[in-house]
Amino acid sequence: MPWFSSPSDAGNRLTQVGYLADPATATTAYLAGALEKPLLVEGPAGVGKTELAKAVARATGAELVRLQCYEGLDEARALYEWNYKKQLLRIQASPSDQEWSATHDDIFTEEFLLTRPLLTAIRRDEPTVLLIDEVDKTDIEVEGLLLEVLSDFQVTIPELGTVAATRRPYVVLTSNASRELSEAVKRRCLYLHLDYPDAERERAIVASQVDGLDDRVTEQLVRTVGRLRELELKKAPSIAESVDWARTLIALEIRDLDEKAIADTLGVILKHDSDHQKAVKELRLR
Amino acid sequence: MSARSGLVDRHIAFLEALRSAGLPVSLAEDLDAIAALTALDWADRATIREGYAATLVKRRSQRPTFDALFDIYFPRMVGDGVHGRLEDAEPPDEAAGGVRDNAQALQDFRAELEDALADGDQETLSRLAAEMVARFGAMPGRGPGLSSWSAYTALQRVAPSELVDRIVQGLLAEGRTEEEAQRVAGRRVGAFTRMVEDDARRRIAEEKGPHHVADVAIRPTIDRLDFTSARRADLEEMRRQIYPLARRLATRLTKEHHARRRGPLDFRRTVRASMSTGGVPLATHHRPRRPHRTELVVLCDVSGSVANFAQFTLLLVFALRDQFQKVRAFTFIDHVHEVTHHFRPGADVVDVMTDLAASTAHAALWGRTNYGRAFTKFAEEHPDALGPKSSLLILGDARSNYSDLAEGTLKELADTARNAWWLNPEHRRHWGTGDSAAPTYGAIVPMVECRNLTQLGEFVHDLAR
Repeated sequence: MPWFSSPSDAGNRLTQVGYLADPATATTAYLAGALEKPLLVEGPAGVGKTELAKAVARATGAELVRLQCYEGLDEARALYEWNYKKQLLRIQASPSDQEWSATHDDIFTEEFLLTRPLLTAIRRDEPTVLLIDEVDKTDIEVEGLLLEVLSDFQVTIPELGTVAATRRPYVVLTSNASRELSEAVKRRCLYLHLDYPDAERERAIVASQVDGLDDRVTEQLVRTVGRLRELELKKAPSIAESVDWARTLIALEIRDLDEKAIADTLGVILKHDSDHQKAVKELRLR
Repeated sequence: MSARSGLVDRHIAFLEALRSAGLPVSLAEDLDAIAALTALDWADRATIREGYAATLVKRRSQRPTFDALFDIYFPRMVGDGVHGRLEDAEPPDEAAGGVRDNAQALQDFRAELEDALADGDQETLSRLAAEMVARFGAMPGRGPGLSSWSAYTALQRVAPSELVDRIVQGLLAEGRTEEEAQRVAGRRVGAFTRMVEDDARRRIAEEKGPHHVADVAIRPTIDRLDFTSARRADLEEMRRQIYPLARRLATRLTKEHHARRRGPLDFRRTVRASMSTGGVPLATHHRPRRPHRTELVVLCDVSGSVANFAQFTLLLVFALRDQFQKVRAFTFIDHVHEVTHHFRPGADVVDVMTDLAASTAHAALWGRTNYGRAFTKFAEEHPDALGPKSSLLILGDARSNYSDLAEGTLKELADTARNAWWLNPEHRRHWGTGDSAAPTYGAIVPMVECRNLTQLGEFVHDLAR
């Protein structure tokens, strides 16, 4: 079964599960499924990179397998590991007259294999979305490990041989671009840069995520966030922060987003002191 | 079959153009793009563009170059498109080849443009840009081989920048603040100007073939753009790039530092540990590496020609300040002024830039660059700045208006410091031309060419290592 039948189909089905994709995102999401290639999503924090993978999983009824990357992530955490304790037990429990070679063959079997996200995703028979989150946080060596998985969808385990995917997972890699990924990884992926949405789409997103917010307040909120993004801030407010802001306004029962209300709740969307001062100065909040 | 239709030829020519513009498009990506095109519907140009972008462009900074080339090789429309023809057909006097460009037409057009700019309506603006080039940018009757469309002529005639004030008025009425309105209006007019240039380029490409335009009209990506040839909008974009660049460099430096944490062999500990294994050194022991951090003294020329370069370098160096032990910065034109205090941790980039620009006055007595005088003054007034642990970094184009170069003083400064470098924002081939003293100074202090953000990033990375 193909993942999506056309770009517009991808857009519609993502919308149905609550992810409002722009045409570029819908096209690329469709292509990633149609060409069976991994999708590398880059962009500032909080624009919905991880959410895209989750939405694809929801829209296609696939299961999400997630590998969260961090510095020091290694093979044992990403691919597979042998269950040493169980192997040790097996050796101790084996009858004393058993040949070593037989024991050896015994303990390197599926039974003693602990699969980690990458191997799990490859071995599943049902449709799977594999999310490799914040891939720029890993060391360069892990990228090398990813290459085999991303291009051929197979993993080589020396004791067992090569495990090839029975069904290719839909792979999404996300990156904050805190490090330039190697050309080898980029070459194997489709690339999508997610950016802050335009006012229209952001209004739709806020309205769909937050219930009970007045249309007029939504309008004011989106316009203010847009104005803030035009300033040169250290960290511009993201979509996630707009949504948080909308929730804050509901919790505080603010019905009109005037200058005082903005100044009081600015901490929800701006997280740097210098950004704060700048916003207050430029928007004439005080 | 498809080769005969010219589609594959066009595809390959497009890829060639991307490669010559500096995008690393491999054969594998080429095949991916073809696969993507077969999977996509050809009816929608935007979809095709995204399909190409997803398979070929793997870096955000390359997207503008890609878009410009895509517009040239797969133009939005041919000639005046459907719009233009319909409009021309309706009023008969215009279609008869009469007046397309007269005072009345200009006035009407400007009124329409003003409305569209005030609304910020992209669809209408792109139509207007095409119309503007067709009407006001046509140069019929020029010789063969000369382009018959000119964005410059069209922009001169219509002068959209004069509309800024009126757009600002409109935005102020919407309740925006003065500065914000100015900025938004400026940005919209700038974007429209770019549209007009794109449309002129499209028309020229139609007449002369796309590769001709691709060779001359495509600007390099922002991280490869020369500091000295950057426009105002480019400078803003570069300024936005400084912090991400600093963050990437810091991540890289931390990683490399971790990788080299193991120092030289600790012989005593290794031998002592070998006692427990009968004198066989099974495991080696190492001394921890002493963290070495450079003390940096930056001395930069802030005269008009190289001011931007100096500012970017200072910003980058200070954004990476925790990679150095201490940073001190001085600016000069013909006099030396310390600017270290402007770089407070966590300060806003724009504020720092403004402060720096304001303090330029302190660096000049007569306002003509004089390297020799600046070095002498620096040696006299700040003798404590340089020591055996510090590195000296001089930024400037070494153009000293034929004044005394004070090579002796520079030599002394360079000898006092542990290391010394000179960053020159000019292309190497211009060194030594005119009043440039680059060869003279280069003989004393190693001179490095540093023309764009990529080169700057590489240099600062090596410096902090």
